[in-house]
Order: sequence, then structure tokens, then C-alpha cells
Amino acid sequence: MNGLDREFLQRDRGIHPPAFTPDYKTSVLRSPRAALISLENSLSEVTGPTFGRSEIGPLDNDLILNYARDGEPIGERILVHGHVRDENGRGVPHTLVEFWQANAGGRYRHRNDRYLAPIDPNFGGCGRTITDENGYYYFRTIKPGAYPWRNFLNSWRPAHIHFSVFGSGFAQRLITQMYFEGDPLIRHDPMILGIPDPAAAVRLIAPLDLSAALPLDMLAYQFDIVLRGRQQTLFENKLQGN
Amino acid sequence: MVQPLSPRLKETPSQTAGPYVHIGLIPHQAGFDIFETNFSNVLAGPDTTGERIRIEGRVFDGADSPVRDVLVEIWQANAAGRYNHPADRQEGKPLDEGFRGWGRTGSDFETGLWHFETVKPGPVEGRKGHRPQAPHVNFWIAARGINIGLQTRLYFPDEAEANAADPVLGLIEQPNRRKTLIARREERGGGVVYVFDIRLQGQDETVFFDA
Ligand SMILES: [Fe+3]
Repeated sequence: MNGLDREFLQRDRGIHPPAFTPDYKTSVLRSPRAALISLENSLSEVTGPTFGRSEIGPLDNDLILNYARDGEPIGERILVHGHVRDENGRGVPHTLVEFWQANAGGRYRHRNDRYLAPIDPNFGGCGRTITDENGYYYFRTIKPGAYPWRNFLNSWRPAHIHFSVFGSGFAQRLITQMYFEGDPLIRHDPMILGIPDPAAAVRLIAPLDLSAALPLDMLAYQFDIVLRGRQQTLFENKLQGN
Repeated sequence: MVQPLSPRLKETPSQTAGPYVHIGLIPHQAGFDIFETNFSNVLAGPDTTGERIRIEGRVFDGADSPVRDVLVEIWQANAAGRYNHPADRQEGKPLDEGFRGWGRTGSDFETGLWHFETVKPGPVEGRKGHRPQAPHVNFWIAARGINIGLQTRLYFPDEAEANAADPVLGLIEQPNRRKTLIARREERGGGVVYVFDIRLQGQDETVFFDA
């Protein structure tokens, strides 16, 4: 069968924002208008890059310390943790998870960000980790602030952390954003409102997880991620051993 | 009434990578240095087997302007046509240990140009019962204004025979749409360059896949 016993389930496009979401104005000129061509998985889609732990530095999953110069960054210290699984419910082990965000004031360390909130000299705003053998990940960071953006004149992004995940095949590649429980800006955000199924949008909102908080140190949020599942074939367990 | 099917989880919805995607994925382009090892647009090392090539291009929006904040990732087989992944068990094709086959870059903030340094991939077997796939490079792009990553493929103009038999190109009905996946070959400074422009929308909109 050569890899094709690993085919991914068809992506359910109804849970993703379509390419053309006019209330998110930048999508208007950046959305393909022709239908996507449906492709059965070949080796090109079921395979994908793999990354080793040796490529990741010891502080890469610690945004509180990985850019600290003469002190620690300003803001609310938080732990973000979660489980990366596929739609079959199986943990996705040893996969690269990358994340980036604004600082506590809502400002990005990026040459194109001109927002008037200050750059934090001790905060870079990016990190990465590799899931463990069961698909779990965690990192420490500062809770990002909301920021204004030019969409409507008074558009503000809810606090969010951007996530990039690979999975085990290139067709599982996903970029998304995590939002925080209780943020009143969520219900105004055109990017979240672009998701056709409101029940799907809720899965981007991380609940506060007091049980993972470190007393007298930091709060915690849990953000689980689900990647595309694989087609289940009979005797799969015998063939694949997982 | 019937038994319910066993429950299945649903994929996490996609969200745009936003204008500052560089911070997380290519921080030096955002303007700072943070990681010890960075992922890059150079796929081929000194020991990689195969014909050295450069792939470059721009991504254009529906107003025909270059997209200057796009993230481009490629995934490809080695010169023998084998992917560096455990699911690739093609027989008789050597693995090139030092060649991961994956690269990442961002378009230039002024010109919108991006490029990769790699080797030309070999043909890859097709699905069971199908003909082999012509040499190709898998592309995935993300940017502000792109709500879910777009997947496409680059094919080589000097592989006309293999392209004509390629099972994926064969799925595209209109010949002029098929052409959007074929790069242009140039020779420059003694090296081979394949130019692959991607059009998000409009007259010559690139074919994107739901794979
Ligand atoms: Fe953002």
C-alpha cells in the first residue's frame, strides 16, 4: 500500500472560514474564486516534514525568558497547555507546534507594527515546542493584549495567540488562533465570525484551567488542537500498530 | 432507530496567519533574532544529491499586486523521488538523510519576491493503480487575508512527457488552468531558475487543491 493506508479524511470545509469573508476586508482580493480541485491523497499529501528535538532550544517554549534582557517582560504570567489529537482521537506525537503573539500592551515585535503601545524590551513574542509521545504540549508566556487594526475604523482584535501545527502529513498542516475565555471582543471579531459554524468557533476559545495554574505564580489556559483524522480501515491496528 | 456511530472529533477551525506571521515562523524577517536554529529557504546542503535549482516567484492578489507579507512553504521528494518520511516505502529509491525536503520563507516586504534553493525532485509513485506522478514541488501558502492555507503544486516545464501523464494535472479540465502549475525555466548566472508566480484570484488564477 505504501503510505496510502494513511490517507486523511476529507476536510470538512464547513468548520473553516471560507476564503471570501467580506467583513474581513483583506480577504476580498486574496480569496480564490475558482473551486478547489479535490485530490485523493497520494504520497505527496500523506507525508510531511519531521522535526527533531535537537532543533529546539531549551527556552524555545518559554516566552517569559526567551527574550529577557535586563528583566522579565511586563504582564500577566500564564501557562498554555493542550493536547494535539487527530479526528480519530489519537494524540499526535512529536509534531512541531509554533506560536506567536503581541505583548501585554497589544504590540508586536515586528518592523511593520506601528501601534502606539510600547515594545517590551524583554519580550520577543514567539516560541515553539514539539509534542510529547502522547501529543501534549505546553509553554509559558505573558497574556497578550488586544490591539486595533485597520478593518473597520474601530476594529479591535481580541487577545489571541497564533498557532502553527504540522501533524504527520503535509495535508494536516494548520494555522489558527487561540482566544481567551471571557473576552468581550470575541463576539465582534470578523475573523471568528467568518467561521460558518458557531459551535466550531467556540473550539478556538481556551478555558481558564485553574487546576493547571501554579499558585502564587501563574494562571493557566488549556488549548486543545484537533488535526484531520485518518480513514479507518478494517484491521488497521494490525497493519499499522497504532 | 440505530446504534449511534462512535463519536469523532472535529478539526480545529483555521484562522488567518495575520500580518505578523514572520514573528513566529521567520523571526529574522520580523527584524530580530531569537532561536538558535532557524528554518530556512535553503533545502539543499553541500552533500545533497541532485541537480541544484532555484525556485522563485511572487504571489499576486486579485488587483494584480504582489502580496508582500505571504508565508511560503514547500515540501518535496529528493532527486530520486523519495520523501524523507517513514510512510514513504518506495522500493529502490535511496533516502538522502541530510535532505529534509521542506523549506519555508516569506516574500520580500518591498518586491514580494520569494525564493528557495533546492534540488530538482524525481518522479513519485502515484496512488495504487495509477501512473507515477511527474516531478513536482508541493506548496502551502498562508498570509493576512487568507483564511485557510492554500495548497498547490509546481510542475517543471522540461518534463512535458511526465506532465502529460501526471494523474493530478489530468484532473484539471481546462488546459489553460493546468498551465498555472507549470513553472517557467530560466538560466541565470550559470544556474537553473524555475519561476513560479501564484495568482490568488482573477484571469489566470492558480489552481489550488483540496487534498
Ligand atoms: Fe495577531
